Amino acid sequence: MKILVCMKQVPQKDAPLKLNGSSTWIREDVSYEVNEPDAYALEEALRQKEKHGGEVVVITSGPGRAQQVLREALAKGADRAIHLEDNAFVGLDAFNTARAFAAAIKDDKFDLIFTGLQSDDYGYAQTGVILAELLGWPHATIIMQIERTDSGIRVKRELEAGFFQFVDMPLPAVLTIQSGINKLRYATLIGIKQAKNKPLRKVTMADVQSSISANLQKIERMYVPQKTKNTEFLEGPAAEVAKRLADKLRNEVRVL
Amino acid sequence: MPESILVVVEQREGKLNRVSWETLTAGQALSAETGWPLQAAVVGGGVAGLAGEVAGKKVTKVYAVESPRLDPYTPDAFAAGLKQFIEAQQPKLLLMPHTYQVRDFVPKLATAMGRTVISDCIGYKKHGEKLVFTRQMFQGKLAADVSFGCEPPWFVTFQNGAFRADKVEAGTNAAPVETVKVDIPDNVIRNRPHEVFKEAKQAVDLTQAEIIVSIGRGIKEQKNIELAKQLADALGGEIAASRPICDSGWLPMDRQIGSSGQTVAPKLYLALGISGAIQHIVGMKGSRTIIAVNKDSEAPIFEIADYAVVGNLFDIVPPLIEEVKKAKAGA
Repeated sequence: MKILVCMKQVPQKDAPLKLNGSSTWIREDVSYEVNEPDAYALEEALRQKEKHGGEVVVITSGPGRAQQVLREALAKGADRAIHLEDNAFVGLDAFNTARAFAAAIKDDKFDLIFTGLQSDDYGYAQTGVILAELLGWPHATIIMQIERTDSGIRVKRELEAGFFQFVDMPLPAVLTIQSGINKLRYATLIGIKQAKNKPLRKVTMADVQSSISANLQKIERMYVPQKTKNTEFLEGPAAEVAKRLADKLRNEVRVL
Repeated sequence: MPESILVVVEQREGKLNRVSWETLTAGQALSAETGWPLQAAVVGGGVAGLAGEVAGKKVTKVYAVESPRLDPYTPDAFAAGLKQFIEAQQPKLLLMPHTYQVRDFVPKLATAMGRTVISDCIGYKKHGEKLVFTRQMFQGKLAADVSFGCEPPWFVTFQNGAFRADKVEAGTNAAPVETVKVDIPDNVIRNRPHEVFKEAKQAVDLTQAEIIVSIGRGIKEQKNIELAKQLADALGGEIAASRPICDSGWLPMDRQIGSSGQTVAPKLYLALGISGAIQHIVGMKGSRTIIAVNKDSEAPIFEIADYAVVGNLFDIVPPLIEEVKKAKAGA
C-alpha cells in the first residue's frame, strides 16, 4: 500500500506565544514540534506498511524549520519526504493548503492519504476532508482503526460520547486519524542514520502557484482572550494552599 | 431566499441532537443583529416530524430535506443533498454545531461549492457591516476574529457550549414546514456505514457525579493516579481523565471527559495537571465550580477556573487530602 501522511509543524505545547506586530499571527521565535495527531497518523501508516508492505511518504508545508518533522518521520521509517518549502505556506488557509498538496502529489498514485484529525494551532479539522473532495476520493474522519478488506478498507470511526461506527470504504481514500489509535514509536539510532539518505523532494511556492489563489477567509485580528471568569489564584506554600482550598470547598463550594 | 440565515440541525436515528438548540440560539442572535431572517433545515430519510419540533422555535421556516439516500448518514450523501438544497434556496449564512458529523461533511460541502468554513467558533462580532467570527487558536491560548473573503454562502460551525440551548426562543406560532426532496444518485455514495454502537460497557456514568477529580498528563505516571483516587475518595467523588490518560490505557475509556468522552457539569470539577485543550474543555466547562492545579501559569485551563493553583500537584494534593479528611471528620 502506498500511503501519504500529511504532517504539520506547530509550536510546542508549552511554548510561550507572543503576537506579531500586526496581531495577525504569532511571533515565530518559539520552539516547534510535530502536530501530535499527525504523529499518530504517521505511526498508523508505518504499521500498515509493516503489515501489508508498500511505501510511506510524508509531506509538509512551511519554512525550513518544518523539515525537522520530515526528518523525524523518515527516521521512524517513512520512505521519502516532500517539503513544500516557503514561509508563505504558513499563511495559506486550509483550502489553499489542500490545493497545494494536491498539486505536489499529482504524479504519485497513493492508495491512502492520512492526516491527523486536526492541528493544535488552528484546530480547524478541515484539510484532510478538503483534500479528499479535491481529489474526488471518499473519506472518513476521526479514525481509530483500519483493516484491509477485499473491497478496500474497513475503518472504525469515533463518534461523541463513547460511540463508534464501522465503515466499509473503497480505495483510494483519505482518512483523518484520531490520537490514541496506537502507541507512538521512537526513532532508533539506525533509523536516524538511514534518514539522511532517504529522498527529500523540495517543492517551491512557484511550483504550485497556479493551483492556489487568494485565501477565502482571513484572520482580521488575533489577541489574548478576554477573561470572562473571575479566577481566584491561591498562592503560598503547599500546606497553606491546601488549607485555603479546603476552606473554599467547605464554605464556597459546600462539598465538605 | 436572499440574505437568510440557515441553521442545519443534526439528528440521528430520528432523534434531534440537543446541541442543535445551541446553534438555533446563535442563529436567533445573529438574525436579530443583522436583520436577516432565520430558517432551519433538518436532513435525513424522513424528518418531517423533527422539522415540526424545530418549527416550535422562533424561526421563519423549517425545511425537511429528504432522500432515502440520506439515511444512514454518509458524507457523500449529505454533501450532495445539501449542495442541491443550498443552490436552490441560496441562504447567505449557514450555521451548524461543530459535531463530529458536521466536521465529517461540511468542509467537503463547502469545497464542492468553492467556499470555506470557519469552524469551531465561540462567538461572533459585527464590525460595521462586516461579520467576524471568533475562534480559539493554539488550544485556547489565543483568540482570532475571522472574516469571509468570498461570496456567500458562508459556512460557520459553533463549538459545543458557545451558546445556551436553554436560551433558544420559542415561536409565537408554529413556523411553516416544507419538505424538500433532494435527488442523490446511487453512485455518489461510496462509504458503507454499519450500525452505531457503544463500545465500553459503561461502568460509571460521570454525568451523575457531583464531584469529579480529573487528571491530565501532569500526573506523569500511571502509579501516581493512586494519589488522585485518594483525593476523589476523600471527597466522595469520581475519578476522571483527559484523553491522553485514557489513550495510554491508564484509566478506562468511560472515565474520559471531553468531546470524544463524556460531557459533565458537576458541582465541583477538580482538574489536576490538565492543560485545558479545547477538546477537553468542551466536556466540562459547564461545571459549577472549577478548581485547577497546574505547573504552567499559561495553561488555558486557568481561563475557566474559579480557583487556580499554579504549582506542582504532587505538593498540593497530599496535604489537600489530609485537610479534606480532617474537615469531614470534624463535621
